[in-house]
Amino acid sequence: MLQDKDRIFTNLYGFHSPGLEAARKRGAWDETKFLVDQGREWIIDEMKKSNLRGRGGAGFPTGLKWSFMPKQSDGRPHYLVVNADESEPGTCKDREIMRHDPHLLIEGCLLACVAMGAHAAYIYIRGEYIAEREALQRAIDEAYEANLIGKDNVHGWPFDCYLAHGAGAYICGEETALLESLEGKKGMPRLKPPFPANMGLWGCPTTVNNVESIAVAGTILRRGGAWFAGLGRPNNHGTKLFCVSGHVDKPCNVEEEMGIPFRELIDKHCGGIRGGWDNLKCVIPGGSSVPLVPGAEIADAPMDFDTLRGLGSGLGTAAVIVMDQSTDIIRAIARISYFYKHESCGQCTPCREGTGWMWRVVSRMAEGRAQKREIDMLLEVTKQVEGHTICALGDAAAWPIQGLIRHYRHEIEQRIDEYAANPHGDPVRVAAE
Amino acid sequence: MPKIIVDDIEVDVPAEYTLLQACEAAGAEIPRFCFHERLSIAGNCRMCLVELKGAPKPVASCAWGVKDCRPGPNGEPPTVYTKSASTKKAREGVMEFLLINHPLDCPICDQGGECDLQDQAMAYGVDSTRFHENKRAVEDKYIGPLVKTWMNRCIHCTRCVRFATEVAGVPDLGAIGRGEDMEITTYLEKAMGSELQSCVADLCPVGALTSKPYAYNARPWELTKTESIDVMDAVGSAIRVDTRGREVMRILPRVNEAINEEWITDKTRHIVDGLRRQRLDRPYVRGADGRLKPASWSEAFAAIAGAVKGKDPSRIGAVAGDLCAVEDMWALKGLMQGLGSANLDCRQDGAALDPALGRAGYVFNPTIQGIEEADAILIVGANPRIEASLVNVRIRKRWRQGPVAIGLIGEAANLTYDHAYLGAGPQTLQDLVDCRHAFAETLKAAERPIVIVGQGALARPDGAAVLSLAAKAAQTFGAIADGWNGFAVLHTAAARVGGLDIGFVPGEGGKTAAEMCAPGAMDVVWLLGADEIEVAPGAFVVYQGTHGDRGAHRADVILPGAAYTEKNGLYVNTEGRPQFGYRAAFPPGDAREDWAILRAVSDVLGARLPFDTLAQLRQGLFAAHPHLAEDERITPADPAAIGALAARGGEIGNAAFTSPIADFYLTNPIARASAIMAECSALAQGARQEAAE
Repeated sequence: MLQDKDRIFTNLYGFHSPGLEAARKRGAWDETKFLVDQGREWIIDEMKKSNLRGRGGAGFPTGLKWSFMPKQSDGRPHYLVVNADESEPGTCKDREIMRHDPHLLIEGCLLACVAMGAHAAYIYIRGEYIAEREALQRAIDEAYEANLIGKDNVHGWPFDCYLAHGAGAYICGEETALLESLEGKKGMPRLKPPFPANMGLWGCPTTVNNVESIAVAGTILRRGGAWFAGLGRPNNHGTKLFCVSGHVDKPCNVEEEMGIPFRELIDKHCGGIRGGWDNLKCVIPGGSSVPLVPGAEIADAPMDFDTLRGLGSGLGTAAVIVMDQSTDIIRAIARISYFYKHESCGQCTPCREGTGWMWRVVSRMAEGRAQKREIDMLLEVTKQVEGHTICALGDAAAWPIQGLIRHYRHEIEQRIDEYAANPHGDPVRVAAE
Repeated sequence: MPKIIVDDIEVDVPAEYTLLQACEAAGAEIPRFCFHERLSIAGNCRMCLVELKGAPKPVASCAWGVKDCRPGPNGEPPTVYTKSASTKKAREGVMEFLLINHPLDCPICDQGGECDLQDQAMAYGVDSTRFHENKRAVEDKYIGPLVKTWMNRCIHCTRCVRFATEVAGVPDLGAIGRGEDMEITTYLEKAMGSELQSCVADLCPVGALTSKPYAYNARPWELTKTESIDVMDAVGSAIRVDTRGREVMRILPRVNEAINEEWITDKTRHIVDGLRRQRLDRPYVRGADGRLKPASWSEAFAAIAGAVKGKDPSRIGAVAGDLCAVEDMWALKGLMQGLGSANLDCRQDGAALDPALGRAGYVFNPTIQGIEEADAILIVGANPRIEASLVNVRIRKRWRQGPVAIGLIGEAANLTYDHAYLGAGPQTLQDLVDCRHAFAETLKAAERPIVIVGQGALARPDGAAVLSLAAKAAQTFGAIADGWNGFAVLHTAAARVGGLDIGFVPGEGGKTAAEMCAPGAMDVVWLLGADEIEVAPGAFVVYQGTHGDRGAHRADVILPGAAYTEKNGLYVNTEGRPQFGYRAAFPPGDAREDWAILRAVSDVLGARLPFDTLAQLRQGLFAAHPHLAEDERITPADPAAIGALAARGGEIGNAAFTSPIADFYLTNPIARASAIMAECSALAQGARQEAAE
């Protein structure tokens, strides 16, 4: 279990003021000038040593990502873009950072900009986050006022921080769609390559990072990469914010060590599963887009990227959605499927057409109004969407259904049998050939 | 050049190639919907997915560069599989997705038979459906009078959106909604404001956007296809005329990289109904009661002979119209010479172009393709967007490729690209030549400048002086250099350059078109398809043409001729490029090919022309003007003519330049007979009034 001395987000619950003075007392903006002065190579090196993996879901090593930025500018400016479009169902970690510890984020932006030779950071915040937007803007204004950031700031690295508001589209959390939206266009993902590190915002080298990845950077650099790497499990180091929701006694956001066993996470911080551990049905461990894991498989598993991938799922954003035996799991997945159908941008074919199809079939299955052979067909459709789209939304729409069929096919079959056992006025349709 | 292995075939391709291009270079066929050579890459249909060795998932070959491929572990070239199981599965999957919400209405779809989706579903799809839900229903949109929409069929490839935004330069089309509710529409369903809008129907790979005037008229396999040349403007676009029986059903563009790429204007495409209406299908003679009466050919010829006989040759004249083929003008010139008259003119509008000084003084020397090499463009007295839309498209293409300075003197207009508006009249041009204008420095600094002179600057009393001044500008700004001739006269009439080439202009002591039409100037005026000119009362007018338009109303004798789709003919475009048009249909009723009419009438008038067939006519024509025999090739003109032109000088006036084209859709008798062009015109006028309010 994470000790208090190793916590990065010491005001996660907002018990203290988010203001600059209070943040300084908690350690933000401490010796930042010294860190800036160490220079770009040192910062990237420390980040690499810390083994921090991106906290936005994909878990790509942050230090490595920063090192992809061109070493020499070809005349184009470099940009840091912070992805604060936290829209993944179940995820609510970044909002707490922006509400209660915004200075950690701003400081992280400055340091990341030094590391990538950028002088401007854009924070793209989700449209629905209104209080968070105000809190973060207040903190940015404070930082400007204290001359911590700005053209001639005390750190000697010209740096501007801009806050951009989204309009509430999930797809704008995809890094290239986010860039399109920032440029004032429709939020539709771009084709890659070219990657943002070459051709990002307004065609300039850009790195897009999650809020949490940036916000932890200041503390990691102050305490050293080795400290961060000393926490957690091999290849899954440091601390992580877990957002636990669903059928636990006390849903909460909590900063914990990577690799904390699921059982410990739930028992220590959430007061256990509603109705006891025997009542646990399944868990979606990383936000709605990752496949679910049955309770028995996950109960004693360490919560980290690699273990969960081994369980056929993923840590994602560490939005742990706990479901007990009372859950109608088919309906739950149908609802998630509806979300992806609703949020598909419509650009590329498999996702545009596939998400609607999958949602319709799985919704029928939730009623039982389906044929058993459609289960395999549905699985095949998810495979046809997965990996064939421009961005990962297609995968995200496919995985929950794949997880459902992998682990709960018997429930679907049972539902179909129950439906078929009763007479219905609305028979299962067969396509006109 | 990097090597790449496509299905075991190793090919060398340029590094900038995409995988799709590389696969095609290796002879592999890649299905696609959203990809189009002339539009930006969208990569959204996913039909072109191929398996790339080492890549975790199939890649969109239209968007994946060869240089983005990593070599194998031992340095072997990247390997692409276009026939592997994974590629096949990806294609089948995408095809299934495209079809689940696509209506099964091929039997009533106008695209049937020439539909990319139909063809590719046959080649790459599976034979049955697994989709048991309701299909999506999408409301059809109004996007203008030329393009019919059937939005249920849309597969969201966004070719139309990209065409409108990138090529046509009007941001009218777009997609609203997202996910499966995404719909292509114009803003609030207003009509598209482009003169190239019907190209979106060509681009649409399915039947979502089809030609509205052509709806349900014919099936592609019923049509006879004839490759020909357009005469609606002086660009000479390559077209394909599709006929069923003796009727022209539709006109489509052909690819000609040098001229129209693969676009044509709406006027070129949709004057088809104008070829059927208001046609002159028999000769007419004006009777003693002042009314035109149907007559036989011999009666008409006798009336002409009666009017001509005994008249002073210097009081007989001929004016050639804008749509004439070179052969027709050649025959008429021969006839006039035979009668002893020097009164010839092919410049109805009075443009001050004189072939005597040399060919370089009246053609578009830098060529349309050459626009892409220009680094500064000065437009004088022209609105290329309506006078020569495809030249405008080329300028816009150049502008999109990189920095180019464009200046405009004349009527302010939305040309679809950024340009500096320098002034309205010839004084501005004078200031430029005298380097009293800031833009002069830009032009001087340019290595390959182009000076485009429109007919609006020439068809006016001081036209000759303006032309001379423009030539001087071209000289001053270095537009005439080794390997580069940037002096460009932009014509609006398809017949004009051909007419000037064969010297269809007043001979010694001859009168110009305007002089011939003056009251009391002539006894007999022969109008060869000349409808844009008013002959004063008094003269006996012979109108030889296709439509009951202005010329026919004034005529004393009407001789029915053949339209450009009904005869073989040579046309020289504004670049001076001779191109042969071919007969796709026959003239209606008693109408005949124009050269043959002139040959027949020459017999009656006692000035027999020395040919009996078109081939013989051409033989004589090519002997006199060998460059006209060079089909599709430009014979470069001697730039010395421009120096001579510049030296001529003259007194310029103060009046502002105006465009010769008041209404893009109604510029010639065929277009004026077309109901569709009339509808487009009314719509455009309405839009203009709305904008003025």
